[in-house]
Amino acid sequence: MGTPLLALDNLTVAYDTEEGPLAAVRGVSLSLGKGDRYGLVGESGSGKTTLGLAVLCYLAGNGRVTGGAIRFGDADLLTASAGELRRVWGGRIGMVYQNPATALNPSLRVGEQIAEVARAHLGLGRGEAHGKAVAMLAKVRLSDPAAVAERYPHELSGGMLQRALIAMALTSNPELLILDEPTTALDVTTEAVVLDLIESLAEEYGSAILYITHNLGVVARLCDRVGVMYAGELVEEAPVNDLYHLPLHPYTVGLLGSIPGLDADKHRAPLSTVPGRIPRPNELPAGCVFVPRCQLAEDACRAARPLYETVAPRRSSRCRRWLELAGGWRGAADTSPPAVTAATSGGAELSAQGVKKYFPTGGAIGNLLPSLAGPPVRAVDDISLSLPEGTTVGLVGESGCGKTTFGRCLVGLAEPTAGTVSLGENRLSPSVAGRPRPVLRRLQMVFQNPDASLNPSLTVGRAIGRQLALLADLPADRRRERVAELLRSVGLPESYAARLPEELSGGEKQRVAIARAFAADPGIVICDEPISALDVSVQGSLLNLLSELQASRGATYLFISHDLAAVRYISDYVAVVYLGRLWEIGSTAEVFAPPFHPYTEALLAAIPVPDPATPRRRLRLAGNVPSSVQVPSGCRFHPRCPRQLGQICETEEPPWRQASSSHRLCCHIELAELQRLQRLAPSTVEAANDA
Amino acid sequence: MLSYVARRLLFVLLTLLLSSLVIFGVTQLLPGDVATMILGRFATPEALARLRGELGLDRPLYVQYWDWLWRFVKGDWGTSLATGTAIQPWVMERLRNSAMLAGVGLVMSVPLAVVLGVVAAMKRDSWLDHVISVFSLALVGLPEFVTGLVFIGVLALGLKWLPASSAIEPDAGFFDALPKLILPGLTITLVMLAYVARMTRSGTIEVLKTDYIRTAYLKGLPAHEVILNHVLRNALLPTVTIIAISIGWLIGGLIVTESVFGYPGLGRLLLYSIQHRDLPLLQAVSMLVVAIYSLANLLADVVYAYLNPRIRLS
Repeated sequence: MGTPLLALDNLTVAYDTEEGPLAAVRGVSLSLGKGDRYGLVGESGSGKTTLGLAVLCYLAGNGRVTGGAIRFGDADLLTASAGELRRVWGGRIGMVYQNPATALNPSLRVGEQIAEVARAHLGLGRGEAHGKAVAMLAKVRLSDPAAVAERYPHELSGGMLQRALIAMALTSNPELLILDEPTTALDVTTEAVVLDLIESLAEEYGSAILYITHNLGVVARLCDRVGVMYAGELVEEAPVNDLYHLPLHPYTVGLLGSIPGLDADKHRAPLSTVPGRIPRPNELPAGCVFVPRCQLAEDACRAARPLYETVAPRRSSRCRRWLELAGGWRGAADTSPPAVTAATSGGAELSAQGVKKYFPTGGAIGNLLPSLAGPPVRAVDDISLSLPEGTTVGLVGESGCGKTTFGRCLVGLAEPTAGTVSLGENRLSPSVAGRPRPVLRRLQMVFQNPDASLNPSLTVGRAIGRQLALLADLPADRRRERVAELLRSVGLPESYAARLPEELSGGEKQRVAIARAFAADPGIVICDEPISALDVSVQGSLLNLLSELQASRGATYLFISHDLAAVRYISDYVAVVYLGRLWEIGSTAEVFAPPFHPYTEALLAAIPVPDPATPRRRLRLAGNVPSSVQVPSGCRFHPRCPRQLGQICETEEPPWRQASSSHRLCCHIELAELQRLQRLAPSTVEAANDA
Repeated sequence: MLSYVARRLLFVLLTLLLSSLVIFGVTQLLPGDVATMILGRFATPEALARLRGELGLDRPLYVQYWDWLWRFVKGDWGTSLATGTAIQPWVMERLRNSAMLAGVGLVMSVPLAVVLGVVAAMKRDSWLDHVISVFSLALVGLPEFVTGLVFIGVLALGLKWLPASSAIEPDAGFFDALPKLILPGLTITLVMLAYVARMTRSGTIEVLKTDYIRTAYLKGLPAHEVILNHVLRNALLPTVTIIAISIGWLIGGLIVTESVFGYPGLGRLLLYSIQHRDLPLLQAVSMLVVAIYSLANLLADVVYAYLNPRIRLS
């Protein structure tokens, strides 16, 4: 490999806190050669972001490097002067951040923010630097770069901002590019386009890449070496193919197992999971940090911290029992039987007919004088859907497509502008306030962000108990018992009843939220992105939990998500929504096989698959989800459709086509033709422009 | 942006209309009768009735209100009951004086306060931060009549650097008046300082925590560029709002400071009109002060919107 470009030697980073220094990164050694692409994978709390910033010697006020060395080229960054560091920052190392919307200064024009880099590192004057900024914006394939340079960050979409940040990072032609979760805040379709861009630009510029992420799929696509971080330590490192095919640390095994592949479903087997959570730096076990969650742990693991051993050429693992893993251990089989849809509990089916939800624009004046208001935001625009009892219907689409609003219309948190929601024969009041208690009891919702949906000042027991008191008419003395029962059923110890939400991890909070939703034995639960705010290993266990609860209680779910793999895993039926309308609906197997609606096809092609061997399908969506104020004419998908036919798509609304008794899609293209196109290598279609 | 300003101006007019109702109503409720006030307590009933007729006081209240408002809008603010002179030029002269004092106060206080606030934020939780916080808070706690008298005692009577009285000539130009403006300006500065410095400090701290400041540093920009181009541009937004709002108080509300220094501004004129039960004068000054406060608030919003592209461009 020659002299490495970046070499971390036994690096330890600590944060000074009131409890004393906490080591967030401990003894990490790794090295990158010129042009290497290194993926650093870990969940939240693994120390991966701290490590990324430590490489730059840029830590929060209370953070400092307490041991080890950082060599970049021939420089020792830890002893470098402020001036030397400034030449490295943005000059020799470029950085792209997780959230593009907050990483750019809201009151400076985008072009100016890029030009600053050109002035600082390339020594260009004002005019030249501006020209360079525009050229860089063109380089990241933004159309009309000169106009984009004049815009402010809030005028650009997330995908465009992330491209601008990539342009900024590459302006000085850096030797190393650090990317910290650069696509996590983006939609899957935009993510695919941005990853393509990173890949091709990294090749063109020859920069080495340190790619920090929790997403094993992205790493499989982009990197050639992977390091897995857990609780501040590097636990395994391997070339990307080897890691995916023969992981040599039980944590990596668990991480890979907890991601539903695009072929997994709940009827076959529950996802393998990593129980428990990452320990905080102040509660580390004495021996191996992974012991509390490890299925292979034995006494020797608890006694001493295992060494980080080179177990094969270019492979390292911090597990004493790696040899057993090399023999093909894949985790103890989960003993729970696959979830089978239980007999339904007898009740009525929830259905929506022609539901529309328009939000007025124009603020207070528009409310008072509707004639002055602008055209409304058509968040949900005529969706009819029924939830067959005891099944899960997955609702997928990009952010801004109206899927959450539709869920809120069903439970009555948003009043539909038109259309009805019925439970069996019974037409429900549009507002939750007008619905009788038995209806409220039957129809519950789990929200995306448990931090926001749990009252921070109520203990878990009281939060669930309130639900019991309000909806189940349970006398106070029986409630305690029932709360304990509910906590057990979501896999939490009874003692958690006395805890406050802040004492729980994200996954535990979401379990409490699920327990609360199930408190009064609902028949139907609307799950709005219930796992997307959580870590990978926790997502798997929550999907399992939802499947188990469904099997044991016969509940019906509407599972709203942008994560197609999760939807595929848990759903019996899938509905695809775009710009407030449904475009395809059918049983899960049917929706995930051709003929696809072109939108479904593009969503599927965009998913980074956590397996480097999977051939890539390069079908990309152009542009952003258009505004739901000015909905495109004809087929609303036509401006972005990779398979657009022509005139007809722009002028006429497409017809619904029946592919089977349970599978329908809405497109101008004949089903047989779609089938034929989609069986062909789809790489001929590519339309990646502005994300 | 223009339509936004137009809409806000409409609200200002509405505010003024409502205030005129309140001001007119309150002055009607004040004890005493204007005619009695003018003619004295021993005037004959006939004379009183005649004067009421001349002044139009025997008409229904709404007619009187409308008449008063219309004349006020036209610029005919009537004559003072106390001195018999025309009110409008008198008030305008005081307005000019108040504006001069406000300007001096702003120039003295704002740059200092902003620098102190930024320094305190950059050196957060250091001894310097604590010293700035404690001193500015201690100073804002002192009432103006205390600080004002201390300044007079030390800087005017003791060291004889500056005049003790700020009674300026009616037609004094700005530079003639300047020496007399410094002591009241200092007094105002002490009030403004803590207010603006703390606002700047918390605004700067918020901005320093943001991701885009990290981006700016990791671009390799020198610290002074990060502060000037990235931090202040965002951190001063709330400060600018506070300053613009305070213009209302600086012009129309300095009753104590003006009294301590004998400075002929609007605040003292308001006090005078109350002491002399000079109702037309009271009404005129009150309306003017309300207008200044409304416009200062409007200015604050417009400046904020102008400096903030997220609002300016939407």
